[in-house]
Amino acid sequence: MTKKKTAVNGLLIALLTALSVAWVYPVFMILMNTLKTERAITTSTAFLLPTAETFAGVQNYVSAIVSQGFLQALGYSLLITFTSVALILICCSMCAWYITRVKGWVSKILYFLFVLSMVVPFQMVMFTLSSTADMLKLNTPWNICVIYLGFGAGLAVFMFCGFVRSVPLEVEEASMIDGCNPVQTFFLIVLPMLKPTLVSVGILEAMWVWNDYLLPTLVLDIKKYMTIPMLIQRFRGSFGRVEMGPMMACIMLTIIPIIIVYLAGQKYIIKGVAAGAVKG
Amino acid sequence: MERALKRWSPLFILPTFLAFAIGFIYPFVEGAYLSLCQFTTVRDAKFIGFGNYIRAFGDSQFLDSFWFTVAFTVVSVALINVIAFLFALMLTKNLKGTNIFRTVFFMPNLIGGIVLGYIWQILINCVLSLVGKPLLALNATAGYWGLIILMCWQQIGYMMIIYIAGLQAVPDDLTEAAQIDGATPLQTLLRVKLPMVMPSITICTFLTLTNGFKLFDQNLALTAGEPNHATEMLAYNIYNTFYARSGPQWKGMGQAKAVLFCILVVAISMLQLKATRSREVQQ
Repeated sequence: MTKKKTAVNGLLIALLTALSVAWVYPVFMILMNTLKTERAITTSTAFLLPTAETFAGVQNYVSAIVSQGFLQALGYSLLITFTSVALILICCSMCAWYITRVKGWVSKILYFLFVLSMVVPFQMVMFTLSSTADMLKLNTPWNICVIYLGFGAGLAVFMFCGFVRSVPLEVEEASMIDGCNPVQTFFLIVLPMLKPTLVSVGILEAMWVWNDYLLPTLVLDIKKYMTIPMLIQRFRGSFGRVEMGPMMACIMLTIIPIIIVYLAGQKYIIKGVAAGAVKG
Repeated sequence: MERALKRWSPLFILPTFLAFAIGFIYPFVEGAYLSLCQFTTVRDAKFIGFGNYIRAFGDSQFLDSFWFTVAFTVVSVALINVIAFLFALMLTKNLKGTNIFRTVFFMPNLIGGIVLGYIWQILINCVLSLVGKPLLALNATAGYWGLIILMCWQQIGYMMIIYIAGLQAVPDDLTEAAQIDGATPLQTLLRVKLPMVMPSITICTFLTLTNGFKLFDQNLALTAGEPNHATEMLAYNIYNTFYARSGPQWKGMGQAKAVLFCILVVAISMLQLKATRSREVQQ
C-alpha cells in the first residue's frame, strides 16, 4: 500500500513538473526572443535559444525604453493604479460599513445597485461613460481614479459588506458608549479589523486597474497619455511593420515587475483571491 | 448607534455614491435611453423607438458573434473548471513542491489580457507556420482554439486556488467516516467531496461564465476578429459597431446591441447562480 502510494505520488509530481514547465514556457519563449537581433526573430527560429551570432544583448530593451515611451506609460499606469486603489479602499470600506449598519431602503437599493454593477458588461456604459468623463473633465491620469472608484465600487463594497457582517456589533457599540463618534469608531475600531479584507480587495482591484485596457483607451486622450496596455496595443495599429524585438521587450518589461511583486507577496495574493471568492 | 451614524451619512456614503453615479448609474440610464435614439454624439440624440433593436437583430454578424461567443464560453467553462478541479485535487495531497506548483499555475492570471493575447499570438503563429498551416489572421479554427487555450492558461490557476480553498474546508472526519464505511476513493470524491465543494463550483462557474461572455481584451489582441470577423465575440462586435464605422446609424445600433448583451449576461448569471446554489448542501 505505502509503496504503491509513493509510486503514485512520484508520478503525480512528475506530471505536475511537466505541466509547470508548459505553463512557464510561453513567457520563457518571449524572453528568449527579446535577446535576439531583429533579423534572427523569424517563425522558424523562434523556438531556438539565441546563439553567439543572433545574441543582441539588451539592445531591444534599450530601444523599448528609449524610443517607445515605455517609462512614461509605466509612470501613468503606476499613478492611475495607486490613486484608484487607495480611493476605492477608503471610500468603499466606509460606504460598506454604513450600508451594513444602517438598515433601510437607501442601504438596500444601494447594495442592489452595487451588486448589479458587477455583472453589467462594460460595453453597456462605455460610450456614455466616456462622454460623461469628457464633460466632467475626468479624462486625465490624475483624476480618472474617480471613474475607477465608481466602476470598481461594486466588487469592493460587496466584499467589505460580507466581512463587516461577521464583525460583532458589540465592539462598535462599546466604543460609541465610550465617547467615540462614528468617524473615530470607524477609523480606530472597524478599519483595523478589516485589514485582511483591505488586502484582498486591494489586490483584486489593483490587478484589474493595472491591466485594464478599454476604459483608459476610451476616457484618456490617447495622444497625450498612454498606459502600459495601451502602449502594447499600439504596436499593432500604427506601425507599418511591427518591430518584433522591441515589442517583445515591452511585453517582458511589463511582465517582469508583475512577477517580482507576485513572488514577493504571493502568500497575500493567493490568500486574498481565495478569501475574495469565499465571500463572493 | 444607527442614529449617530445617520448624522454622518454624507461623509460615509456620499463620495462612493457620487463616483458610482458618475461611473455607473448615469451612463447606464443614459445608455438605455440612447439605445432608442439615433445619434453620433450624446448631444444630437433623436428619439426613434425600437428601430435600433430591429436592426440589431437583423445584423447577421451580430448573430454570428453570439453563436461564436456561446461556443467559446461553453467549451472554456467546462475545460477550465474540470482541469482546475483536477489540479486542486493533486495539490491537496501534500505532495512535495506543492507551493511551487501553485505559484506557477497562478502566475498567468496576473498578466493583463492584452499582453496575454500578444504572447499567445506570437507563440501560436510560430507553431502554425512550423506545421505549414495558415496563420491566425487567416485561420478561424486556430483562432477559436487559440482563445480557448489562452483562457485556460490564464484562468485555471485562479479557479484552482478557489477549489483548493474549498477542498481544504472539507472536514477530515467526513472523508474518514466515508472510508470506514467502505467507500472507494472515487466514491468519496463524488459523494462526499464534490457536494461539499459545491459553493466553490458555484463561484467558479459564475466567474468563468461571465468572463467568457464579456471577453474583450484577449479577443482584440489575439485575433482581432480575423479572418473576416469569424472570431469576433459579442463584446468586440459591439465595440466595432460603435467605433469602427462612421455614419449616424451605427452608434444607436451599437447601444441597442449593448443593452441586449447586458440583459443576456445578467439573465445567464442569475440562472446559473440559481441552478448551482440549489445543489449546495448545508453542513
